[in-house]
Amino acid sequence: MESVLGIINLINEKQHLKELTAHRNVASVPFGGRYRLIDFTMSNFINADVSKVAVFPKEKYLSVMDHLGSGKEWNLDRRSGGLFILPPIHPDETVTGDMKQFYDHLSFFERAAADTVIISPGCHVSKLDFNEVLAYHKKHDADITVVYKDYVGEVIEKPIYHTCSVDSNEDISDISFYTIPRPGDHVCLETFVISKSLLVNLIKSCVASGEYDFLKDAVKANLHRFTVKGYNFTGDMPFIHSIESFHSSNMNFLKPSVIRSFFGDTWDVYTKIKHEAPTKYSRSSSVTNSLIANGCDIEGTVENSILFRGVKVKKGAIVRNSIIMQKGEIEEGAIVENTITDKEVKITKEKTVIGSEQPAVIKKAEVI
Amino acid sequence: MGAKKWIAMLLAGGQGSRLGELTIGLAKPAVPFGGKYRIIDFPLSNCTHSGIDTVGVLTQYQPLILNDYVGNGKAWDLDLDVGGVSVLPPYQGKEGGEWYKGTANAVYQNIQYIDNYDPEHVLILSGDHIYKMDYSKMLDYHVEKNAEATIAVIQVPWQEASRFGIMNTNNDDKITQFDEKPKYPKSNLASMGVYLFNWKKLRQYLINDEKDADSSNDFGSNIIPKMLEDRKKLYAYRFNDYWKDVGTVESLWQAHMDLLEEKPNFQLDDQQWKIFARNANHPPQYISANAEVSQSLINEGCMIHGNIEHSVLSYNVQVGNGSTIKDSVIMPNVTIGENVHIERSIIASNCIIEDGAVVGNSAVTADITLIGENQTIINPNKKKITLN
Repeated sequence: MESVLGIINLINEKQHLKELTAHRNVASVPFGGRYRLIDFTMSNFINADVSKVAVFPKEKYLSVMDHLGSGKEWNLDRRSGGLFILPPIHPDETVTGDMKQFYDHLSFFERAAADTVIISPGCHVSKLDFNEVLAYHKKHDADITVVYKDYVGEVIEKPIYHTCSVDSNEDISDISFYTIPRPGDHVCLETFVISKSLLVNLIKSCVASGEYDFLKDAVKANLHRFTVKGYNFTGDMPFIHSIESFHSSNMNFLKPSVIRSFFGDTWDVYTKIKHEAPTKYSRSSSVTNSLIANGCDIEGTVENSILFRGVKVKKGAIVRNSIIMQKGEIEEGAIVENTITDKEVKITKEKTVIGSEQPAVIKKAEVI
Repeated sequence: MGAKKWIAMLLAGGQGSRLGELTIGLAKPAVPFGGKYRIIDFPLSNCTHSGIDTVGVLTQYQPLILNDYVGNGKAWDLDLDVGGVSVLPPYQGKEGGEWYKGTANAVYQNIQYIDNYDPEHVLILSGDHIYKMDYSKMLDYHVEKNAEATIAVIQVPWQEASRFGIMNTNNDDKITQFDEKPKYPKSNLASMGVYLFNWKKLRQYLINDEKDADSSNDFGSNIIPKMLEDRKKLYAYRFNDYWKDVGTVESLWQAHMDLLEEKPNFQLDDQQWKIFARNANHPPQYISANAEVSQSLINEGCMIHGNIEHSVLSYNVQVGNGSTIKDSVIMPNVTIGENVHIERSIIASNCIIEDGAVVGNSAVTADITLIGENQTIINPNKKKITLN
C-alpha cells in the first residue's frame, strides 16, 4: 500500500464564529453534541488508514492540543507514525502563510516515509472518503488534486470562500479568491492530494521567492504547468461560515436521516473520551426532538436543542432551539431560546436569554 | 523488577449461573451494567482510584468478550510497562495444566505472576459486585492493625445474612469466626469478597492448601477458616457505602432501579470517582418529537421515538413510535419496534423486539422477565394489540 501523510492545515482558518473562536481556533469549536470540528477530518484520515497525521495550528491552539492529546482516541498513539502537532516555531513572528510554516518544519516532510500527502483544513463537517480521492488522483495521473463542493445553503454576505472553475476535462482552469458563491458554484474545500516530492519542491521554491500561500502560489500559479484535477465531493457537508450557519447546521443534526448519514452506516466519527455516565432524566423532565450527549442531568424542558456532555437543566428551566455546550448549567426557572452557550456557561435562576434569527451567543464560563 | 507495595488479583472467571441466559456466552463480570458499563468496570475503576497499578484478571468461563474488553487496560489507565492489567487464564505447564478448581487455586496457579512483582500485600477482588471503594483506606487499616489478612465486610439485613459469608468479630473487629452461608447467623457482617493479605503469608497458605486433597481450594471455605484455626490476626474492615451483589436476575434488576432514585445511594456520575469503561463510540442520543422520557438513564447512540419510564437504556438502543418501556433494563444494540410494551424486564444485548410485542409482567410479585442475547421477540397476535 502506498503510504500517505495526512496534514491538517489550520493556518488559513477564518475567524467567522465570533465568540466561539475567541479562545480557541476554528477546528476546536464544539459541534453536534460531543464532537469538535476537527474530529471529522481526523476520523476521515483514520478511516482511510492514514496513520501519520500532522496538525499545523497557527494560534489559540491549546484547546486543539488538549483535545487531540496523544491521538489515542483516533488510534494515532503509535510508535511509527502517529500524531504530530507542529505549531509555529518563531512565536514572535506573524505567520505569513501556510507554505512558510511548512518550510519551518521542512525536515518533518523530508523524513516522513510517505509518497503522497493529503492536506485538509480542520473545519469541515463531512465524511469525505480520502481513499476515493486518492484513487481519483492516481487514475488521472494528477500532480495535484483539488477537492471542491458545489455550494448549497443560504446566501452569504461576506466574501470568504475561494471558488474554482473546472473545465469539461475535470481540470481546474482557474481559482478565484474570496468570492461570494451562489448555489452550485464550486467552492474549493482547501483539501488537496499531492506527491510528497512535488510538495517539498514547491515549499522550497515558493519560500525562496517570497511566496507563502499554498493555494495561491503553489496551485493557482501552476495551473498551466501541472495537471491539476478537480474532485467533486457530493456527500453531505454543511457550509459553516457564520454563527447562523453554525446554529442551523447543528440543528440539522436533529433529523434522524442526517444522524444516520453521519453516524450510522459508514465509518465512526471519533472524539475524545470523557468517561461520562449515561444521561439522567428525572420525573419532571420533558425532552423532545433533541440530541443529548452523556453526563447530562435533565429535570426541566428541552425542545429542539443540542446538549453537550455534562449539561444540567434544572426543574422548571426551559431550553428551546439552543445549543448548550459542555458543562452548561441552566438553573431553576431559567429560559434559554435561540441561543448558543459556550462551555461552562451558567444561566442563573429565572433568567431569560432569547436570541433572534441571529442566535444569542454566551461566552465561555459566563454567568448570566 | 522492583517490588510493588501491593497488587490486586481480580477473580473474573465465574459463570454466574444464577443470571441464567445472561451468562450463556458471557462471564458474569462482562455482563453489561448501568447503561454503559460492564460489572468488571467497578472493581477495575476502584483499583485505579485507589492507586493500584497492577491487576491480574483471572478468567476462565467464556473468556473471549471479557479478554477483549479488558484489553491492555488503557480504559482504566492500566496500560503500563511494568504492571498494568494482565489477563490470566488457566495454562498448561511442564506437568500439565488444569482448570481453576476454586478461588484459592486460581491464585495459587498464578503464584509466579505475583512473585514477579514481589508485593508486600495482595488484594483479592471478585468481579461481580457494584460498589465504589477506596482500597487504600483498607490497606491503611490493615497496616495499622498489623493484620495478616483483612476482609471487607458490610452489614446486610439479618434475614439475608445466611446468603453470605458471615464474620463474627470481637469488640476490636478482630475476626473470631467465619461462617460460610450459616443457617443461623451470629452476626450480619457479610464478606464483600474483598480480601487483603500479606503476600508471604498467603503464599504459604496457598501452597499448603493445594497439598490438601480434601480442600475445595476456596478462600471462603478453606483459606480463611484455616487461618482462623491457626489463630492468625484477621480483621474485618467495615464498609458503609453502597454495595450490591448482582449475581441474580432480581438483584441485577434491583441494582439498576436503585440508580433511578432522585438521590441514588450509588451515583454513576460522581466526578470525583468516575467509573471508567471501554467506551463504544456512538453519537449523542436522539429523543424525537414523539418521545417521552422520565426518570431514566439513557446512553449515547440511542434513538428514542417512544415512551421511556423508569428504565435504563444502554448504548445503541432503538425505540419505535408508540412503544412503552417501563421499569426495565435494555442492554446494548437492542432494536425495539413500534407499539411494543415492555415492563419489569431485562432485555439482553442484540435482541429484536418486533412491532406490537409485549414483554414482561407488571405484577410486583411476578419474577423479572429476562430475554437472553440475540433473541427476536415477535408479536404472536399481530392484528390485535392490547396493552394492559
